[in-house]
Amino acid sequence: MGVPLSYYIGLAVVLFTIGAIGVATRRNMLVVLMSLEIMMNSVNLVFISFARFRGDVGAHGIVFVVIAVAAAEVAVGLAIAIQIFKHNRSVNVDEADKLKY
Amino acid sequence: MSAEMIVFWILAIGAVLGALAVVLPPFGRNPLHGALALVVSFIFMAGVYVQLSAFFVAVIQVLVYAGAVMTLFVFVIMLLNLTPEELAQPKYSWYKVLSVFSALAIGFIVASGLTHVLVHFHAASIPATFGNAASVGGVLVKKWLFVFEFSSILLLSAIVGAVLIARKRRS
Amino acid sequence: MISTSHLLYWVLFPPLIGAFFNGVFSRHLSRRVVHWVGVGMPFISLLAVLTAVLRLTGMGHDASVTATLFPWITVGTLHIDFSLFLDPLSSVMTLVITFVGSFIHLYSMGYMEEDPGYARYFSHLNLFLFSMLLLVLGRSLPLLFIGWEGVGLCSYLLIGFWFDDTTKAKAGKKAFIVNRIGDFGFLLAMFLLAFVMKGDLSFPGIKAAVLAPGSYFHAHLGFVTLVTLLLFVGATGKSAQIPLYIWLPDAMAGPTPVSALIHAATMVTAGVYMIARLNFLYILSPTTMAVVAGIGALTALYAATIGIAQNDIKKVLAYSTISQLGYMFLAVGVGAFGAGVFHLMTHAFFKATLFLGAGAVIHAMHGEQNIWEMGGLRKHMPITNFAFLSATLAISGVPLFSGFFSKDDILYQAFTHRIVVNGHQVLPAWLFQLYWALGLIAAIITAFYMFRLYFVAFTGSLRSKTAHPHEVNWSMATTLIVLGTGSIVMGYVGMPIEKLNVFEHFLDPVFEASAPFIHSTGNPTTMWSLMGASVTAAGIGILLAWLMYAGAWRNFPQAFTTKCKHLYSLVFHKYYVDEIYGALVVRPLMWTRDVLHQVVDKGIIDNIFVNGSARFVDLVGRGIRIVANGDVQAYVAAFLLGALALILIIF
Repeated sequence: MGVPLSYYIGLAVVLFTIGAIGVATRRNMLVVLMSLEIMMNSVNLVFISFARFRGDVGAHGIVFVVIAVAAAEVAVGLAIAIQIFKHNRSVNVDEADKLKY
Repeated sequence: MSAEMIVFWILAIGAVLGALAVVLPPFGRNPLHGALALVVSFIFMAGVYVQLSAFFVAVIQVLVYAGAVMTLFVFVIMLLNLTPEELAQPKYSWYKVLSVFSALAIGFIVASGLTHVLVHFHAASIPATFGNAASVGGVLVKKWLFVFEFSSILLLSAIVGAVLIARKRRS
Repeated sequence: MISTSHLLYWVLFPPLIGAFFNGVFSRHLSRRVVHWVGVGMPFISLLAVLTAVLRLTGMGHDASVTATLFPWITVGTLHIDFSLFLDPLSSVMTLVITFVGSFIHLYSMGYMEEDPGYARYFSHLNLFLFSMLLLVLGRSLPLLFIGWEGVGLCSYLLIGFWFDDTTKAKAGKKAFIVNRIGDFGFLLAMFLLAFVMKGDLSFPGIKAAVLAPGSYFHAHLGFVTLVTLLLFVGATGKSAQIPLYIWLPDAMAGPTPVSALIHAATMVTAGVYMIARLNFLYILSPTTMAVVAGIGALTALYAATIGIAQNDIKKVLAYSTISQLGYMFLAVGVGAFGAGVFHLMTHAFFKATLFLGAGAVIHAMHGEQNIWEMGGLRKHMPITNFAFLSATLAISGVPLFSGFFSKDDILYQAFTHRIVVNGHQVLPAWLFQLYWALGLIAAIITAFYMFRLYFVAFTGSLRSKTAHPHEVNWSMATTLIVLGTGSIVMGYVGMPIEKLNVFEHFLDPVFEASAPFIHSTGNPTTMWSLMGASVTAAGIGILLAWLMYAGAWRNFPQAFTTKCKHLYSLVFHKYYVDEIYGALVVRPLMWTRDVLHQVVDKGIIDNIFVNGSARFVDLVGRGIRIVANGDVQAYVAAFLLGALALILIIF
């Protein structure tokens, strides 16, 4: 085992930060959703790393559930994106502000 | 530098580059390109999982993300068929700058804060079956049975919800 | 074969079923169904009562029937059953209620014929009958109180039956509110009793506790006085005595059969019934007895004087009801419980007849109630005339009519009774003679104003130009004949001859406990001379009325009113009691209300709590809407900033 735990966690942090920046800055809703997927994957990486280093396979179950949640979220999120596109003729998140106040 | 280290670096750089390609505007202007970059990133991630003996999760990662989720993304992108005019230009505002700063700061603080803690962590010895389908399945139906069943309900409601939301409305 | 205790359910529940049926399905029923149910149910009750009472008399002296339906309240030692109780006193009451009540239902069929609220009317009337029966059949004070409140409610509903007329709706409210004041006293008394009785409020229980050697009640006469006076406050409300009588004249706003049933024959006698029922308690306190008799005598006289100056046929009868109720309280107040209940019964018959006769007249005159518009009705309405005249003779105390026997009995006993405690006479003899004198004067006035009414409305010739009086239809006529005959013959059950006084012998077991406290100084000579005085009183009254309204002194009333204008207007305006109450009670309450409304409600509660909280939320909203601009990515920025702050705090 050559690679220390901190490398994996470092990779997870980097991916999480990239995902967060994507969520915060990109206007296209589809890309925002993709960035969210990156963030979730980084979290999965943390789970799996600790599972390996602690020798506890239990975390894999949680990863499995996270993947399920991510899939569900994408399905619903894309459905909402389609509806918003029908309404606004665009999928830009900053234009979907009709429900404010 | 050991062989494992070399492999890790290759996988890590690939994953990060893919993620960057999704997020950064020059590459991600067209969402289809973003989706393809995401697939690349996820496949590299799956390699990292294999390195961590999470074989089953790696396979699921490829099947669900690269297969199902990406297909969904691509379908929607093609369904919407966004024209270049509809694809908005990047827009800058003070709170986006604030977000980027905050995200970077969080990443930096967490990374630097954790490194010297994690140094003391050494890999445990694990059985050969660690992370294969049988062991993960055992965990799912023994330890996380409720969560597992609950995720099936979640998926079902997501299906129903997605159909309901995206359906064409009469009236 | 239904057992006697089960028969009590057959007495009590048919009217409830009728009320429910007509009340719930009123919109979907034809008139025929409505009155078959609404009138049929009381008659079922009547049959059941007759059977039950016949069986009770067969059971011998001191018998009673108890029927327990279910335990009602059980809290600690307080245990109240929903149980019914038939003894001679409640037999008399149920008989009167169901008999008079059933026939008034029959009468209503004709009287309310054209009213759009036909089903509602019968529903309320049946409900009233149920409540009244519960009142007299209830075995405990709380159960009596349910009936007490129930009849109050029905009275309110029926006074305000034509509620689209504001004055009528207001009359209903007035009755309800004035009664509430009395009920407050009743409730307080009940609570006090419940403490002493350790939760057992049934009549036999109270009686046993009072009669037990060394009982709490004998040792604490002040307590007994307090409880009985508080109960009497309730009675003054329900039975329209001074000072709470003011609602009854206004209650005439209801349909006339209602006035006959509720505000003359049954409900208003509830107070008398209650005191008769608790005679063993009342007799312990001479103070209370004196107060009850005094209020009764004063009311009898006072209301009779107002009756002279009224021109509305129903108002005259209303004041005469108050006056007659005064007689009943005078009776129970001097310990003549049997005579009080006897007068209650005869009064139920002749006053119901009078009201129903008045109703027939009003019906025939197309709603006209002023007696000076009537006249000569004797020729147009012979059946009504027969009933009205016999009832008038009865109420005036003309010998051989029912009212004569009962009223004379009361006056005789008022004159001769003395209340004796431990061998000592506790109230002075002059007090009883004073009460007798007041009663006698009231009797003269009663005869006078009742015959004034009769002569003005029924003799002479018709004054109204527009009315075309006609005789009533069969349902009203039947009732008038039955009750009119009743007001002649009902007196014979209680003739003032020891052997023939079936009525009071029947009631004796109920009043046994109080008998040792009452000492009668009477002898046949006193009896006959007092009877002579009563007859003379009635004679004087009738003669004066005849002279002034049908005979030689025809101009006298006119001359008198112009000469003694102030006296006349004082009496005509009912001594301005309503106005005095208005100034003393209602005005201060209104003032308090205004202060509370303006300062507390509008100033403090509305301004600070209601509008203040709204304004606060509004202000917060205005502040927050700047932040909530609808852009998700601004929220993400806030979220990330928050996460950063959290991490900085933790590390």
